[in-house]
Amino acid sequence: MALLEVEDLGVTFRGDREVRAVDGVSFTVDAGEVTGLVGESGCGKSVTSLALIGLLPKQNTRRVRVDGRALFDGLDLLRADTRTLRDIRGREIAMIFQDPLSSLNPVVPIGVQVAEVLVRHRGVSKAEAQRRAAQLLDRVGIPDPNRRLKEYPHQLSGGMRQRALIAMAVACRPRLLIADEPTTALDVTIQAQILELLKELVREDGTAMIMITHDLGVVAGLCDRVNVLYAGRVVESAARRPLFAEPVHPYTIGLLNSIPRLDAGQGARLTPIRGSVRDVLPWSQGCAFAPRCDRAVEECLAGPPEITGDPHSFRCVNPGVGVDLEEVR
Amino acid sequence: MLRYIVRRLLQLIPTLLGLSVILFIWLHRLPGGPETAILGERGTDETRAKLRHDLGLDEPLWIQYFRFMRRMITGNLGTSISTHRPVVTEFAERFPGTVELTVSALIIAIGLGIPLGYLAARRRGSIVDHGSVAGSLLGICVPIFVLAYLVKEVFAVKLGWFPAAGRQDVTIDATRVTNFYVLDGMLTGEWDAAADALKHLVLPAFTLATIPLAIIIRMTRASVLEVLGEDYVRTAEAKGLTERVVRRRHVLRNALLPIVTTIGLLTGGLLSGAVLTETVYSFTGIGQFIAESIDRRDYPVLMGFIMFVAVIYVTVNLLVDISYGLIDPRVRVR
Amino acid sequence: MTDLTPMLPAPEPRPAEPDSQTPTASLAGLTPKARRQRLDRLAELAAVHAEEKGRSLWAEAFRRLRRNPAAVAGTVVLLLFVLVALIGPLFVPYDPTSTAWADQVKEGQNIIPGPSAQHWFGLDHNGRDEFSRVIVGARQTLLVGVVATALGLIVGCLLGGLAGSAYGLGGRAGRRIDNVVMRVIDMLLAMPSLLLAVSIAALLGPSLTTVMIAIGVISVPVFARLLRGSMLAQANSEYVTAATALGVRRWRIALVHVLPNSLGPVLVQATLTLATAIIEAAALSFLGLGNPDPAVPEWGVMLTDALTRLEVAPRLTIYPAVGIIITAFGFTLLGEALREALDPKLRR
Repeated sequence: MALLEVEDLGVTFRGDREVRAVDGVSFTVDAGEVTGLVGESGCGKSVTSLALIGLLPKQNTRRVRVDGRALFDGLDLLRADTRTLRDIRGREIAMIFQDPLSSLNPVVPIGVQVAEVLVRHRGVSKAEAQRRAAQLLDRVGIPDPNRRLKEYPHQLSGGMRQRALIAMAVACRPRLLIADEPTTALDVTIQAQILELLKELVREDGTAMIMITHDLGVVAGLCDRVNVLYAGRVVESAARRPLFAEPVHPYTIGLLNSIPRLDAGQGARLTPIRGSVRDVLPWSQGCAFAPRCDRAVEECLAGPPEITGDPHSFRCVNPGVGVDLEEVR
Repeated sequence: MLRYIVRRLLQLIPTLLGLSVILFIWLHRLPGGPETAILGERGTDETRAKLRHDLGLDEPLWIQYFRFMRRMITGNLGTSISTHRPVVTEFAERFPGTVELTVSALIIAIGLGIPLGYLAARRRGSIVDHGSVAGSLLGICVPIFVLAYLVKEVFAVKLGWFPAAGRQDVTIDATRVTNFYVLDGMLTGEWDAAADALKHLVLPAFTLATIPLAIIIRMTRASVLEVLGEDYVRTAEAKGLTERVVRRRHVLRNALLPIVTTIGLLTGGLLSGAVLTETVYSFTGIGQFIAESIDRRDYPVLMGFIMFVAVIYVTVNLLVDISYGLIDPRVRVR
Repeated sequence: MTDLTPMLPAPEPRPAEPDSQTPTASLAGLTPKARRQRLDRLAELAAVHAEEKGRSLWAEAFRRLRRNPAAVAGTVVLLLFVLVALIGPLFVPYDPTSTAWADQVKEGQNIIPGPSAQHWFGLDHNGRDEFSRVIVGARQTLLVGVVATALGLIVGCLLGGLAGSAYGLGGRAGRRIDNVVMRVIDMLLAMPSLLLAVSIAALLGPSLTTVMIAIGVISVPVFARLLRGSMLAQANSEYVTAATALGVRRWRIALVHVLPNSLGPVLVQATLTLATAIIEAAALSFLGLGNPDPAVPEWGVMLTDALTRLEVAPRLTIYPAVGIIITAFGFTLLGEALREALDPKLRR
């Protein structure tokens, strides 16, 4: 049975004009499974994750409307009251954020920041929490944890800070971990270490994970299932292997083609996707990706394309099915 | 931490030296020069000349400056023209009253200002928010002496809830220990005296608190709004922490830095306000004495007060810096 | 393709960066003079970028101001006040200094005639027409506020601008200049504003000019600190780095790029200072340092005279007090709205 079932999730920001940041996103996360949400910045992946745990700025006010359903173990997260959500956050669903420096409180020692989760959700004494916090720091690979407990975020290196954030997230052995671009702000060498650590932790604890990233390399190394988002909608969804072997949606193909490949030989040119995320069409008028798409045809502008196919589903009227990557250009 | 404090102290020396030079020049530039400042308008030409010689005013300027500095450092601030008593004695007698008043005002301003500012930020756009912002903007626009008169008129004269003037009822024969009347009453067990002194404090303290309160509300609101948008608050929320922990440990502790700075900067304004408030309420503190001295052009008193205020300012800012170090570990390292 | 309306909010416009690639690449083979000209041309291009950005910032600010009810209210109050102050005295019913009705006032019996058809605001304690005095007093109040603020603004900006440009662009020597200037500023800040004003008044003797100078001086350190801080922030921004990399001369960067972009906070502060200047002026009058000439009506002096007669004729307090409060409130509202409109962080 699915641990998390997101159905038709929509997020609308109302300012001077309405902006539909997330539009009918559906996906499931099974227990112990790693699901990827992939897309460029602004595609709605972070908004999706924040909406799930009720942490969008001004969520549940007139300025932000969230619709759809998100069943976590049978409970609809989008309709749960604040108290229930506070109990779930950090215990059942934990989150790891992108920028480890700004995500840590600069004026509180690391030890307290790790221990407070345990005090809150496990009801242990402060002393006991500190002891367990040291074990956690050790578990996420921070050397000399007892000394680090008393240190402040600015005294730690970038990789170490991210490890500390991970320690807080896994402190209560949550059933679902949401990692929002956890490696983007880190050096390349550290990125690999952190990914390896996450992989190990979820395997040991049997934790399910939603990995939010723009980096297909991360997806390839980690995710069981991948959802590609564009302009607030899922455009392609498949298990890892079929997605990489037989990408269907021109946007996915484009993303794959923008990655440098070792086997492509010297002098082979990268093919970036034309234009930028700003060149989008409202979904109501057709495919949002059409303005940047090489395979765009008249039908693309006929109306919103439906998502089709199972288990490999995609949202495209002129898909590049089974096309060899090298020829898609 | 100790090294940090010592370093901050050393950094204050040039500021104090510079201020003393300005004061020295100011004293010399006064109409009639220092001899008038000391003798007032009364002196004859003969006594003036004698005083000039006695004061060493015919000697080179730098020697005069050193003399001046030696007097300042030994705490000799001269004699008041109007009361003919040493300025230091006058200050020592009146200072406790002013401290009682300003500290109470500050307690009121902080105690009401931080919660109100926090609430306004948390409920941004609500009635609480608009109300406190508009109220605080209006608060800084009312001249404090007008407010003092109005408050006195309404709550003391018309309603008679609180006494209109003084620090304590003259019929109470209280024992003086520290000259802090409230404290004295508590020390000697004369609870009536303490309660009466406290009653006398209410109106002036609330009046004096208006502007600091307005400033603290707005500063807290701005600072909390800024912190609420920080990633680490989102992290704290994502950990499912209770609202109380998020507020205390994550929001307020970070928002406190600019607020503490603001409170440090309020000192000058509070002392200016005390001069006006004490005058209206005939509250026998330094402020009232200064207002009288301004009227009488009692320059030794005024000059002494400026030096005195500089010392207070330096002390307060040192305290602010120390609390900075206590709140923010990053400052300690730097 | 049909209408491609962007669906997502546009990202924040990036700071204008001069397109440096082609021109710098071709600079190598030029004579020093030609090179200088080329660089100046580049600097101009960069300046145009900065100005465009600036203009849209101000236009955007103005757009937001118009929609802010507080700003509109503040502006209306101020326009009214300025109008009254400027042309009001031409239309007052009586000479504000005339004591023609002194026989109607009997202070010993606590009689000061109140409003009537003849005297809309009644008489003051010397038997002068209060309405005329309030109107003419507005002009004095405006004068004090504007002159004091202008003084503080000019001196403060000179000092702050000197320190800011010296620190931001001047290397070690610049840092030293900045240090000295800011120490002086800190000393001024150390004094309670009222005491500073009193010290100045003691030197100059009580008069309206004294009040203006005293209040101007106490706002100097505020303007200086503000401009310096804002300039330092600008000096660290990317477009200054870009201009420096292009070899644009330092004073030119300071003058053409940094200064105009740092003026926003200063403008806000000037508006707010107008409010405090009016209040401080009243306080100085209250302490007996204001205009000693009772003939020229000024709200602060009128207020001080009236407060001692609060029991007898509260209205004499109310007119000038309300005048001061409303005017100060108008300036404060406008200043705060301006601050919000100019703050990029508060957008949306």
